[in-house]
Amino acid sequence: MDGFAAGLWQAWKLIFTLDPDLYEIVFLSLRVTMSAVIIASAIGLPLGAWLVIKRFRARRFTIALLNALIGLPPVVVGLAVYMLLSRSGPLGVLGLLFTPTAMIIAQVIIITPLIASIAHQTMRDLWAEYHDLLLSMNASRAQRIAAILWDGRRALLTAMLAGFGRGIGEVGAIMIVGGNIDHVTRVLTTAIALETGKGNFAFAMGLGLILIALSLSVNLAIHWISRTERASVW
Amino acid sequence: MPASAPTPAPAPHAATGPILPLRLKGAEARRRGKRLVGPVDLELGREGFTIVMGPNGAGKTTLLRLMHGLERLAAGEIRWAVPMREARMRQAYVFQTPIMMRRSVVDSIAYPLRLRGVGRAEARARAARWAGRIGLAEALERPAPVLSGGEKQKLSLARALITGPEILFLDEPCASLDGRAMREIETLLLEARQGGMRIVMATHDMGQACRLASDVVFLYGGRVHESGPAEAFFNAPRTPEAAAFIKGDIVE
Ligand SMILES: Nc1ncnc2c1ncn2[C@@H]1O[C@H](COP(=O)(O)OP(=O)(O)OP(=O)(O)O)[C@@H](O)[C@H]1O
Ligand SMILES: [Mg+2]
Repeated sequence: MDGFAAGLWQAWKLIFTLDPDLYEIVFLSLRVTMSAVIIASAIGLPLGAWLVIKRFRARRFTIALLNALIGLPPVVVGLAVYMLLSRSGPLGVLGLLFTPTAMIIAQVIIITPLIASIAHQTMRDLWAEYHDLLLSMNASRAQRIAAILWDGRRALLTAMLAGFGRGIGEVGAIMIVGGNIDHVTRVLTTAIALETGKGNFAFAMGLGLILIALSLSVNLAIHWISRTERASVW
Repeated sequence: MPASAPTPAPAPHAATGPILPLRLKGAEARRRGKRLVGPVDLELGREGFTIVMGPNGAGKTTLLRLMHGLERLAAGEIRWAVPMREARMRQAYVFQTPIMMRRSVVDSIAYPLRLRGVGRAEARARAARWAGRIGLAEALERPAPVLSGGEKQKLSLARALITGPEILFLDEPCASLDGRAMREIETLLLEARQGGMRIVMATHDMGQACRLASDVVFLYGGRVHESGPAEAFFNAPRTPEAAAFIKGDIVE
């Protein structure tokens, strides 16, 4: 309990002394993960809808693959992205290794299957409901996808939040591709890992509590936004 | 009609001529090899209000879906007077169980217009007028899924009529309506018919059938047992099953 109390104390101190390093780290954490969630959603949500609507031979396999990819170990993703982006790798010329962009790329790969899979499941039910109506109205494929994305938006928000949760707490991949460089690629999770390694448990715990608080407040904020939406019965 | 609209507004018949008559020849619907309906030979002319009758499970819903193109044609043929792709755009269908989108009443009614490229403001304005005609003027912004069963059926009808289809399929649209609402709906349908809309409607309600029908298709066990002018059907049914059905007997 001592460690926990000390951590709480550290957290308060860091927050209320407006510790500039802390705010930098928090800001970068949010920036990386939110960018990753937005990009992953732009890929994963239409992909999920498309898998619901389009019947093709490899559909079942694609869905199974997607579900399997949720379990991709972040460390392995990090390693793969590292090899792609390293100086001798195929994308080495871009000079992206050890930048926030590299971290975003890694997180997009980790988050996209999760978002696509949850989106697919929720939209499958909606599609079963709408199928005959949209067919009768002669909606084009794009219009059908738009309809279930829009009418399922609250469930899709949940999928995005799950992606955010996975990204904000992820450490394996961003440690490898970001390198945990102070003032450049250090985020909350990598800072916690570092401080723990150095034996600064209270400090690490403080950062951990801030991470949890951050994650909770983003979830609550999104929840509140979608609650206050006028038509909030479904 | 603005020339810049991406999709033609409703009633583009001028371009290619009427979509009717509709001809079914030996048309069949099957599920897992089992024949649900057919073979059906039937012709729907340009004019009229056809009532499809028959006991539960006779195949009324399946036949309507087959004609509308929602059910796969397992055998035979179904032919509109215009190409299939075009015919789809000029029909509307009201389902036996209303399908409510997770949208407000006004947006639900406006949706078919939006699909045809009508702007949001105009589509909503036209939808609001329709909502008024079916007594939902006060509920414009209410989510469609929370409406009562009868209100949902009325919404379905407005949503089907708003594009001005040339033919309208209705699958028991008055099943959960009270007497007054049923009269309102019947008035709307008769008005639409005056305006030249072809209507095909399944119903169990003998009184309603008498009030509305110009001709009747009597289904029994997936086959068309009788079809012809309404008067002849009600006054002098040719088959014992139809006679029993009209008398309200249980048809075995
Ligand atoms: N998807 C399906 N799979 C198997 N059988 C089906 C399916 N859909 C309908 N049927 C069967 O086909 C027959 C005709 O059904 P249909 O819904 O057309 O009847 P209906 O005349 O509309 O009945 P009701 O008056 O109860 O609405 C019924 O026996 C029904 O059980
Ligand atoms: Mg039926």
